[in-house]
Amino acid sequence: MTFIPKPKLHHPDLQKNALGLTRRDYEGPVSTLCAGCGHDSISAAIVKACFELDIEPHRVAKMSGIGCSSKTPTYFLGASHGFNSVHGRMPSVATGANLANKDLIYLGVSGDGDSASIGIGQFAHAMRRGVNMVYIVENNGVYGLTKGQFSATSDKGAKSKRGVVNSDEAIDLVGMALQLGATFVARSFSGDKGQLVPLIEAALQHKGIAFIDCLSPCVAFNNHEGSTKSFDYVREHNEALNALDVITGRPEITVDYAPGTLEMVMQHDGSVLQLRKLHQSYDVHDRVAALTYMQERAAAGEIVTGLLYVDPNPRDLHAHLKTVDKPLNALDEMALVPGARALDRINAGLR
Amino acid sequence: MLQVVDRIEGLQRVNDFVVKFANVNGSGSASANALFAKAVLRMGIAATPRNIFPSNIQGLPTWYEVRISDAGYLGARGGGPDLMVAMNPQTWDQDVRGIEPGGYLFYDNTKPMPESKFRSDVVTIGVPLTRITNAAYSNPRQRQLFKNIVGLGALSALLDIDPTVIEQLFSEQFKGKDTLIQPNIKALHMGRDWAQANLQCPIGLTLRKSESVGDRIFIDGNAAAALGAVYGGATVCAWYPITPSSSLAEAFASYCARMRVDKATGKNNFAIVQAEDELASIGMVIGAAWNGARAFTATSGPGISLMQEFIGLAYFAEIPAVIMDVQRSGPSTGMPTRTQQTDLTICAYASHGDTKHVLLIPEDPYECFEFSALSFDLADRLQTPIFVMLDLEIGMNERLTKPFVWDDSRKMDRGKVMTTEELEAGAKFGRYLDVDDDGIAYRTYPGTHPTKGAFFTRGTSKDRMARYSEEGADYQENMERLLKKHRTAATLVPAAIETKAARPTKFGAIYFGSTSPAMSEADEQLTAEGVSLDLLRLRAFPFGPEVEAFIEAHDTVFVVEQNRDGQMRSMLINELEINPKKLAKIVHYDGTPITARFIAGAIGQYVNIDKVVS
Repeated sequence: MTFIPKPKLHHPDLQKNALGLTRRDYEGPVSTLCAGCGHDSISAAIVKACFELDIEPHRVAKMSGIGCSSKTPTYFLGASHGFNSVHGRMPSVATGANLANKDLIYLGVSGDGDSASIGIGQFAHAMRRGVNMVYIVENNGVYGLTKGQFSATSDKGAKSKRGVVNSDEAIDLVGMALQLGATFVARSFSGDKGQLVPLIEAALQHKGIAFIDCLSPCVAFNNHEGSTKSFDYVREHNEALNALDVITGRPEITVDYAPGTLEMVMQHDGSVLQLRKLHQSYDVHDRVAALTYMQERAAAGEIVTGLLYVDPNPRDLHAHLKTVDKPLNALDEMALVPGARALDRINAGLR
Repeated sequence: MLQVVDRIEGLQRVNDFVVKFANVNGSGSASANALFAKAVLRMGIAATPRNIFPSNIQGLPTWYEVRISDAGYLGARGGGPDLMVAMNPQTWDQDVRGIEPGGYLFYDNTKPMPESKFRSDVVTIGVPLTRITNAAYSNPRQRQLFKNIVGLGALSALLDIDPTVIEQLFSEQFKGKDTLIQPNIKALHMGRDWAQANLQCPIGLTLRKSESVGDRIFIDGNAAAALGAVYGGATVCAWYPITPSSSLAEAFASYCARMRVDKATGKNNFAIVQAEDELASIGMVIGAAWNGARAFTATSGPGISLMQEFIGLAYFAEIPAVIMDVQRSGPSTGMPTRTQQTDLTICAYASHGDTKHVLLIPEDPYECFEFSALSFDLADRLQTPIFVMLDLEIGMNERLTKPFVWDDSRKMDRGKVMTTEELEAGAKFGRYLDVDDDGIAYRTYPGTHPTKGAFFTRGTSKDRMARYSEEGADYQENMERLLKKHRTAATLVPAAIETKAARPTKFGAIYFGSTSPAMSEADEQLTAEGVSLDLLRLRAFPFGPEVEAFIEAHDTVFVVEQNRDGQMRSMLINELEINPKKLAKIVHYDGTPITARFIAGAIGQYVNIDKVVS
């Protein structure tokens, strides 16, 4: 049996959100990933973010490709439709789904193999089209499901569990997303819930393509000495830019960071992102500066995390295509079928 | 010096001949050629033009061939043209060589040519087109464009085309740009007057007003299929440019711009995305269809190759998808601008693992429209990919076809979709439960109900309740149900159409798609030679019971198709367990459209050998 349901016992004192739902209502069946996998922490962060934002689970469509990361949508939001598609092609499926119904929330979960290797083309085109979705790459720098081969985000010089040293340059998805016009770009770490949950919340409220590169150590194949994606390595080299609160008109979400300089970012849907800047000079609205800063810190051996860039007034693919307000999947014959008289006119023009 | 018409006896034909134009690329000849074909049609005479072009934009020769047939034969005739309009010096030798004996050669004789460049069994008609236009116009672009119209004018005198028909076409073509009408009429008459003053008009090939066009319309199959998608309710089109299918997606865009823009808001009731490749195109189609929109892509063979993995997902996860495949010559890049029926097996059995898909095979633009609209109903009803199998011959050539019809009471068949109300009322939902014993289960659209009806779609094996399962029994039950669904499909697709011979015969012929007009014409020729054939035109895969019955009822059945390996024949043998010896392979695959002459020749030869042997 490879499907493990969770017992439906709810503790009576579990906290409820505005919809009267508890955290448990946002969970799925028990994860079959390795114990301690960073991906499970990301799933937990997604559960927490959706719960805290009072999102109706069934209004979320979970999209994924193939790989360990792509299996995770089974383990959260059990009341949502999910689509585990083919390797590296989640972006196109999510794009099509989004075209069909603009009213749902699209949550894409992918991995570094799925997005940076086989799927790098689709990743790039989803970014440049501005599909209104959250796109999370659970980045562990390794192929877990096929037992430990390097991925395209493995750092040059990183050592695999078998002792092989990677000689290829790493692909930086964050840099690509910035260059390709993504309107929300962030990086985080699965072990930093305080940073990750608000980032996911902000991404869920962003009306455009919201990309989060989430470093997520692989406990089985990439958590050893010499790995640059291990828990210890990332903790030691993490350079957090800012901390984020998301204000939606509900009681404030408490975070663990000490307040620094505050910057308020009003999103298109009225939600407010409250940035506590750890680096005073960093401008979250400057795409070019973001790229430069990231590259500078990377050269110094640091991994920059936090919200790197956000466009407060993004335009998404539907805006570009000028689609009607009603979801395309809800249009009836009246809107779609021109009818017999129109066809007669076409016939007449073809003689 | 003018070369005079050679006085050999030319072919004498009325409303039944082939004219071929050898073009110089970029000279604006395409529009003049199309005017010629339209003028013939406006005189009420059935005519079928074909573009013959290489995979190239400029610099390689192209031709435009018009078969005029008052008897109504729309297939390519075969053989050479009866009148060659040789405007391209680059292809002169092959063009002259190709003319039927007794045929006519029309050319620009401004520059004298050596006698060795002509044939003694062909009537030579020289018109100094360059000299006439250079004398009348000084602007180089005008000289170029009007030379084509002057040539058309000369042809109108030589073939006895009513000039008012062409004048009327000018006024339609340049509606809104009225200043262009008079100069074109002037150029037309310049050529016409010159021909009448200097040549014997008409020649032996003439056109007389007729009624063989009737109320038919003139359109290419790609545009017809695009219009069918509009009427079929398609809202999402994702595509990647590839010859010969690009004009299908482009026609969809232009029909949508005309008929699918919401009047109140000016917003679009459609979404068209030019994807980054064919993988993304089909991915978007599958994502959109999974989410309840009607979606399609248009592609050709190489695109089908790229889509294989996704097609398997759509089959196994049971997601509707419409794929319009405008076939061209393969394998690999093959001959991208030449026609073939060569994607049959790759579509019918697309992807790894055991699969069987539904194919609809239109014979002409009318059926392109019909089957395109139908494909969306079938995709939703069967929750599986549906292939509409056009080819370059149907897709990219304008063709006379029955006018399109639409019944305003027709509703989209969205298939088995469980609604919020049904879920709320407690209906039992299991995504892969075969509740009606037809192999088709109910689905739900994402977002339907807060607590009921959600399921996980995946390419991995699952049980009836859509839960991941690698249990052999679950897998096998699912695969058997998919086979049952395929049998249900056989009852829903358009049935094959039989045409019986006047006399009982032991010979049958099976054909499909763009072979249709050539097959009908070949049948008449064979009948005249005393060979009787019963005909069966396939219109879909899977095959209905009528196909097996037809083969059963004949000793020998010719399977006529346009590929090397006899792909449809293999499918018949494979699916119906027919003795291969019973099915005679008649294949034509040089990239040109199959002709009646070829079919009649091949079948005639077989029948005569058969007679000798028996």
